[in-house]
Amino acid sequence: MQRAMNTPPARFDAREASKWFFRHGHTGWLGLRFTDQGDNWVELELPWREDLLGDASRPVLASGPIISLMDMASGMAIWQASGSFNPVATLDLRVDYQRPARERASVRGRVECYRRTRSAAFVRGIAYDDDPDDPVAHIAGVFMTIGADPREANPALRGGGHD
Amino acid sequence: MTDAAAAFGDLPAYARSLGIEIVGEDGGMPVLSVGFGPMVEGRPQHFHGGATAGLLENAGYAALRTALLAAGRDPQLKPINITVQYLAAGKSKPSFAIGRITRLGRRNANVTVEAWQDDRTRPIATAVMNILMV
Repeated sequence: MQRAMNTPPARFDAREASKWFFRHGHTGWLGLRFTDQGDNWVELELPWREDLLGDASRPVLASGPIISLMDMASGMAIWQASGSFNPVATLDLRVDYQRPARERASVRGRVECYRRTRSAAFVRGIAYDDDPDDPVAHIAGVFMTIGADPREANPALRGGGHD
Repeated sequence: MTDAAAAFGDLPAYARSLGIEIVGEDGGMPVLSVGFGPMVEGRPQHFHGGATAGLLENAGYAALRTALLAAGRDPQLKPINITVQYLAAGKSKPSFAIGRITRLGRRNANVTVEAWQDDRTRPIATAVMNILMV
C-alpha cells in the first residue's frame, strides 16, 4: 500500500464495512450478516426467513437469495484481497447446486478472491448450512473493476488526510 | 392478479416478496418484471447482481413450468446449475425477463433466460440453467 504525501484511506476491512453495507438496499432486505474473514476471503450469512422460500412444498431457502449472498461475498472478498473499495461489476457468476439447503437452515457463503489482474478479479467459493465439507453449492465468478476507490475521489472520506 | 398471472400460476414466496410479477406473455412464455426500489438496489441507483439473478432464475422456472404444463407433466424441479452473464448495469427502472426452453428432456431441461430494461434488443443479463425433473 502506498503511503506518500497524502494519507491513504484505511485498508478495506470486511467486518467494518459490513456495519454499513447491510443497513440498506438488497443485502439489507435479505438481512445478510458478516461472520468471518481472512486475507483474501469473506464469509457472510443469509439468515433463514419464511418469505424467502423457493418452493411451496418445502421450507428451504430459494436459490435466488443464495446467489445474492455469494455475489456479495464475492465483491467483499475482492475488496478484502485488494485492500481497497474499488467498485466492481459482476461479469459472470456460475452456481453449481450440490443439494438443497436443510429445512429452516440459514446459509453461509464463503468466497475467496484467488487472482486479481488490473481489470479483472476471479473468485470461487462455497455455500453451506452446517458443514463446510458438505456444501449446498459451489460458485465461480469473474468481476471487472469499474472505477477508483470512491474514498480517493472524495476528500471527506479520506480519514483525516490532506492533499 | 393480472390475466397473465392467472394463466401461468403463482410465483414462489421469494419472488413475491422481492416484488417480481408476471406482467405478460410472449410466444406462450410468461414475461416477468420487477420494479426498481431499495429491495433490489446494490450500488446506489443500480440493481444488485443478486436481484437480477433472482429475476432471471424465476423467469427460467416459470418458462419451464409453462412448457411442462403444456406437455401434461408436473414434476418436482431441482436446480443443477445456473450461469449468469452480466452485460450492462441494471439502472433505476423496471427490469423484465423471459425464459426459452433450449431442450426439454425426460430428466433434465436446459433453459436460456434474458433480462432487459427499456430496450428488448439490449439485454442487461442472460442466464443458462440446467434443471433436474423428478
